Amino acid sequence: MSPVEPVPAPSTSFAIAAPVVALRHVVAVLGRFPALAGASLEVQVGEVLLLKGPNGAGKTTLLRLCAGLVPLVRGEAEVLGHNLRTDRAAIRPHVGLLGHQNGLYADLSVRENVRFWGRTAGASDGEINAALTQLGLDGRLATVPAGRLSAGQRRRTALACLIARRARLWLLDEPHAGLDADGRDLLDDVIRRAVGAGATVLVASHELERAKALATRIVTVAGGLVHNESPDDAGADRGGRV
Amino acid sequence: MSTTVPNPQSIPGTNVSAVSRRWRGVTSTGFSRVLGVATLVLVVWLVLFGLLFSPPDQTQQSSVRIMYIHVPTAWVAYLAFGVTGLSSAMYLFRRAHSLAWDRVAGASAEIGVMFMALTLITGSLWGRLTWGVYWAWDARLTTTAFLFVTYVGYLAVRRLGGSHQARAKRSAVLGLLAVIEIPLVHFSVELWRSLHQEASVANPSGDVKMDGLMLFSLFVGLIAFSLLYFWLVLHRQRAMYLEDQYDDADLDVALVERRAETKEQSRA
Amino acid sequence: MPALTAAVGSDMWRTARLVAAKDLGIEWRSRQVTNQVLPFAGLTLVLFAFALDRDDITARVAPGLFWLATTFSLIVLVQRTFAVETADGALDTLRVAGVDPAGIYLGKALALAAQLVVLEALLLVGVIVFYASHIRPAGIVLVIVTAFLATSGLAFVGTLYGGLAAGAKGRETLLPLLLLPVVAPVLIGATRAFEAAFGTRGGEGIRAGVEISDGWPWVGMLAIFAAVFGAAGVLAFGPLLEEA
Repeated sequence: MSPVEPVPAPSTSFAIAAPVVALRHVVAVLGRFPALAGASLEVQVGEVLLLKGPNGAGKTTLLRLCAGLVPLVRGEAEVLGHNLRTDRAAIRPHVGLLGHQNGLYADLSVRENVRFWGRTAGASDGEINAALTQLGLDGRLATVPAGRLSAGQRRRTALACLIARRARLWLLDEPHAGLDADGRDLLDDVIRRAVGAGATVLVASHELERAKALATRIVTVAGGLVHNESPDDAGADRGGRV
Repeated sequence: MSTTVPNPQSIPGTNVSAVSRRWRGVTSTGFSRVLGVATLVLVVWLVLFGLLFSPPDQTQQSSVRIMYIHVPTAWVAYLAFGVTGLSSAMYLFRRAHSLAWDRVAGASAEIGVMFMALTLITGSLWGRLTWGVYWAWDARLTTTAFLFVTYVGYLAVRRLGGSHQARAKRSAVLGLLAVIEIPLVHFSVELWRSLHQEASVANPSGDVKMDGLMLFSLFVGLIAFSLLYFWLVLHRQRAMYLEDQYDDADLDVALVERRAETKEQSRA
Repeated sequence: MPALTAAVGSDMWRTARLVAAKDLGIEWRSRQVTNQVLPFAGLTLVLFAFALDRDDITARVAPGLFWLATTFSLIVLVQRTFAVETADGALDTLRVAGVDPAGIYLGKALALAAQLVVLEALLLVGVIVFYASHIRPAGIVLVIVTAFLATSGLAFVGTLYGGLAAGAKGRETLLPLLLLPVVAPVLIGATRAFEAAFGTRGGEGIRAGVEISDGWPWVGMLAIFAAVFGAAGVLAFGPLLEEA
């Protein structure tokens, strides 16, 4: 049913290493609202983890927590070896977050945006150009101001910025939204390449068909908790149970 | 400034026994009661000495009696400012980042703003009575006015919301910036007014000839208002502690509801 | 240890250069300051003249009006520089980028100062034209030094408080409330220095005619202000950015 190849399973040598993400009973609040109500999760190196769940379940907060943006109120969390209670800022250079917003500057061109975000991560010009090429942004689009792009093109630009940063942990929040079919193929390819280069990917998505094919593992987030930790779920339908 | 303090027994999840053992549901302890009584006594003394026993001034007659309120409130306003600055520093530069310091800073700012307003009002009235003007651009008055506005801004920032630690960090930085800013303002206003060659008139207390009894009354006033300040800050920061506890207990309730969402959805 | 501090320092300056170039690039493309804020500043000069209604007065208070117009424009500029960041969530991305927040601070302050300088140059022309002021030739150095130091102070303070108010609910009204008390020393000092350079002094009962040497103590005060708040901003911006 799925036209794309599944991502190869991580090699066993990775499984011995410390988990990239380890959350234990994490509570995180937005204002007064407990977006995460005791979530626990473990992610190993090289995994592609799909987070599915209804709107308002806490997927975005979970991703932002792993990026070090949201403080912990209760529980313990470790990302890339850093304790999120004490050391939130230290993990940030190593993660890349693609949130609901794109983080682009509307007045700057595509190339200037990618160059700025790449340079903040110390990327060279070669890496920046490679990122633009990988997402098909190196032609006519490179000089267009970001404000004049379509939503899908902006998303691709944001992805290029992410690639240029060569992060070890990718956190993608609804990355497929706004992309056309070509764009989605591009995204899948990008994810595959990133994993091949040693990154770990967490994807929150409603595009279940595509994402399932890509994912090595699927979990459900609902009511601020993580449920249904299951091994590879590609193509299988869990039916009924949210 | 909230005056309703929730009864800890009614807050689910609060460590009720610890809180209620300490405060019996309200924010008073033995120490604060003693302090309160002492304050009351001194305030009564102040009223007696200020209004009755101390003599009227030669030039100002009875309007000098405003001094017994004005000078102490000015003193307390700056004391509160200093306490807020110090507590902000203690919060930021201690590794523990204890929220107690943040509460002291916030309570002191709230009480301090009140005293600052009182200083400005009494000073204005006194100036009107003695010199015929409500306001003059001297360094002390202007700096107090700036202090007032700065702390109104500080209190607005405290209400921006977010977690307790977020509020604390933001406010602490602002509190320390205020400590830098106020002397700069004072210095520049003083330098500015010194350009105007007229004698610095705006301080009615400048030409009060103080005799022993007046000095004593002033002294009583300073002590009375200082005690009042401490008593108010003590209660206010305890009330803030209870408010924070209430918020956290709120969190427990919200967590239960949040987790229940899953069950509802799976049933649907 | 020296190598470490050199590395840290260079990261900060590198980030500052990046961010400043980015901010100025955005302004160059969008021309929002040139097209909107500069006319606004010019308009305030005109409105002052309407309000004061006395030609002899406006000439004498020109330095004060100049710095008032600059101060009000500062608020608009600060809001603009942070609106750029919050528009598409770039502020979040800056946080995740893991760059030295002090570098972000210095970069934005630098870009803000550059825009302020352009604004002040225009206002100076406006003041000379509208209020018939003139600068004494001997006072040019004083004008330039004052403008440099005052602008630095305003940029440092503006970026710092802008960062505090950015992303907060009700930030539009919060920013002026926080910023205006703090810039008062700059207003006082820069105005007095300009009066010395222009050779005028406002207000009644004051002897007219001011020596240029009277301006330099104020310059000293401006220097202290800029240094103190520059240092404070470098230290405080990181924690403030965190909790926005």
